[in-house]
Amino acid sequence: MEIRPILASLRKHRIPAVLIVLEIALACAVLCNAVFMIGQRMADIHWSNAIDEQGISVVTVNGADPKLAASEIPRNLAALRGIAGVTAAAAATSMPLDQNPALSPFVTKPYATTTVNSSVYFIGGDGEKAMGLRLLQGRWFNADEYAGSGFKNFGSTGHVALVTQSDANRLWPGQSALGKTLYTDATGWTVVGVVADVLAEDPKLSGPGGMYSSVFFPLQPDGVMGDYMLRSVPQDRERVVREAVQVLGKLQPGAVVEGTTYAGMRSDYFADANSMVWMLVLVCVVMLAVTAFGIVGLTSFWVQQRRRQIGIRRAVGATRGHILSYFRTENFLLSTAGVLTGMALAFGINLYLMTHYEMSRMPWYYLPGSAIALWLLGQLAVLGPALRAAAVPPVVATRSV
Amino acid sequence: MFAYYLDLALHSLRRNKVLTTLMVLALALGIGATITTLTVLKLLSGDPLPQKSTQLFYPQLDPYPKDQPFSRSGKKLPWLMSYVDAMNLLHARKAERQAVMAMSEVKVTPQAQDGKPFYAHGVMTTADFFPMFDAPFQYGAGWASADDESREQVVVIAGFLNDKLFGGANSVGRTIHIDDRDFRIIGVLRPWAPQPRFYALHLSGRNYGMGDAVFMPLLSARADGMTPSTVMSYGPGSDMQHLETAPSIWLGLWVQLSSTDEASAYKLFLGNYAQQQVALGRFQLSRVALSDLMSWLHNEQVVPDDVRLQAGLAFGFLLICVVNTVGLLLAKCLRRSREIGVRRALGASRGAIFAQFMVEAGIVGVAGGVLGLGFAELGLWGIRHQPAQYASLAHLDLSMFLFTFVVALVSSLIAGLLPAWRACVVAPAPQLKAA
Repeated sequence: MEIRPILASLRKHRIPAVLIVLEIALACAVLCNAVFMIGQRMADIHWSNAIDEQGISVVTVNGADPKLAASEIPRNLAALRGIAGVTAAAAATSMPLDQNPALSPFVTKPYATTTVNSSVYFIGGDGEKAMGLRLLQGRWFNADEYAGSGFKNFGSTGHVALVTQSDANRLWPGQSALGKTLYTDATGWTVVGVVADVLAEDPKLSGPGGMYSSVFFPLQPDGVMGDYMLRSVPQDRERVVREAVQVLGKLQPGAVVEGTTYAGMRSDYFADANSMVWMLVLVCVVMLAVTAFGIVGLTSFWVQQRRRQIGIRRAVGATRGHILSYFRTENFLLSTAGVLTGMALAFGINLYLMTHYEMSRMPWYYLPGSAIALWLLGQLAVLGPALRAAAVPPVVATRSV
Repeated sequence: MFAYYLDLALHSLRRNKVLTTLMVLALALGIGATITTLTVLKLLSGDPLPQKSTQLFYPQLDPYPKDQPFSRSGKKLPWLMSYVDAMNLLHARKAERQAVMAMSEVKVTPQAQDGKPFYAHGVMTTADFFPMFDAPFQYGAGWASADDESREQVVVIAGFLNDKLFGGANSVGRTIHIDDRDFRIIGVLRPWAPQPRFYALHLSGRNYGMGDAVFMPLLSARADGMTPSTVMSYGPGSDMQHLETAPSIWLGLWVQLSSTDEASAYKLFLGNYAQQQVALGRFQLSRVALSDLMSWLHNEQVVPDDVRLQAGLAFGFLLICVVNTVGLLLAKCLRRSREIGVRRALGASRGAIFAQFMVEAGIVGVAGGVLGLGFAELGLWGIRHQPAQYASLAHLDLSMFLFTFVVALVSSLIAGLLPAWRACVVAPAPQLKAA
């Protein structure tokens, strides 16, 4: 296809051509960044978490008398284990993604400092089973460690801890973490096991460094434990939550008892990200539709304006295919100019967002990706007007409108 | 003349209904998205206490001793204060009014026989809180400074809690069961929920939404074992029972200073206090800050990033819609070159042609504004059904209602400029010849 005549014609219609290019450039710039944001949010929503997310239910008991915890917690757990379908039950201070962070810095030498804040989890007997933690190295806490560890000054009075794979690699790179000592100030705990990565209580607050920095301590029944973790098969979890709330509501009439499945807790945590994704998707779709209609409108006008020229070309031997490909090539040229400008603009916007917001650099492939999307959109939008142009009969040339 | 242009414009818009619908729809979508996001942005970045905000200040200190890692954590001062410093500054009474505060989740047990206990947002504070923040009372009043020191078991409750527990009756003098202890109600507030909840910034995770339910004297609440929602510790030996002596920061201090002179005097006092603490060996650094309310909110970026990003995105979208409208208007007006030629030949001036096309653009704008208002209401309805803290606040106010039409008119007139200019420079002779 000869493109010179197309360029010559575009030069004569400079303003509409510039408008189409501008519209495609803006759409490309916004699309790149919006799709990038969608991608980031989707990646957040799918963060992995090495616990049995589908099988866990959590019932929180707040406002019980902490002095009675030593007798009440074992009694409550016994009652919870009596619910049909519950395979394990344990008490804990907090859950991953529960948005109630208890953070502490952990280091490998006394009084050393770190910028990573780790999430601290205290779990009662059977905690590893109820949570569905996955042991990679070492061993679980034994019964004596569970019974002999208390809670004081926001820390464990016991001597052992479990760390995640990420923390083991971060704190002791290239070495086994087993048997090493983990410190906060002068207090140390021996690492007895390494578990697969469990998310922080509030990963967004903990930042990239602390996202999978979770440390587990054993704890005897204690008033700080407000969560009861129940494990069942996923099909039973809704019923288990309902029954557990009833059971604990009766046993602890003075406390506030609330229950949720862990899946529900996870979707609560990502609710904001989820609604942002939907909003971005909506804006992208509407924006592409507006752009497409703009192209249709301008090209239709163009076709109408050039009916006579089209008729003349048809009369001197151009086929329908020639006319069709003329308009498609023209659109392709305009789209190319548009996406090139758009990619530069998208890159600029990304730089601006990186300096003013918590945004990372956009990977390069978002740029050609959006470019291809807009090329396709342009070709699709131009198809209707181009077909109408191709349908112009040669006889139009002989009429003076 | 305007009526004639209006008539011409309506006639022209009617002639090509599809194109007109497309233009109005695109503009309306852009305006709807912009107004929705701007309404939210305006709501979240608003002034929580417009009549008072210039007089309210938030002091900050650097309480970390020499051997603690936090003092090396960067240029930013710690958000909160330790009990010792907050109380020293409170008792110094160097400002017109001053109050310290911490947030706490408290269990309220209704008196009724089968009343189920529930959790409510509580504020532990001191006497000046109510007059300083202009909290309006429905019944009774706040407590006096003397009640703070004598640890009176008194409480001020919010109107919505009063409705829930006492059916809205005057409950002053009655008892409320909080965290299994009895408190005497001395005041009931009218609906009061500053947005953002500036006084709770960094003290709880909630910066927007419903107001707090109960307000208790700090010392009595602490004596009853109530614990703050946020505690940051910078040394060993911290626990929830002994926060008053622990190396922990967990309190916010607000002061009222009526003039800039008072503010600079207070800043001086604050600096002297910090230097004194350095001399005593308590602090490592004598740096201090005193921010007025709006700069404090601004510096701490209380408005979520997502909300600002959404507003930016909506503006980008509006820009695309405007460019789209320019293109379509241009297409329409160039198609009418002959009509313009005839009008020019019959004596219409360039200005008249220009005005005619601007009126046409304006009509598209007004139509886009009306429809855009509908889209904005739809968008805000959507936001009210989101899980965000501020969801329930998303409503269109009068100023945003009017602003919608300003945005619509301005963007359509900008969109109309180029086509109208192209129309008015059309040379009449060739157009007439072609016919």
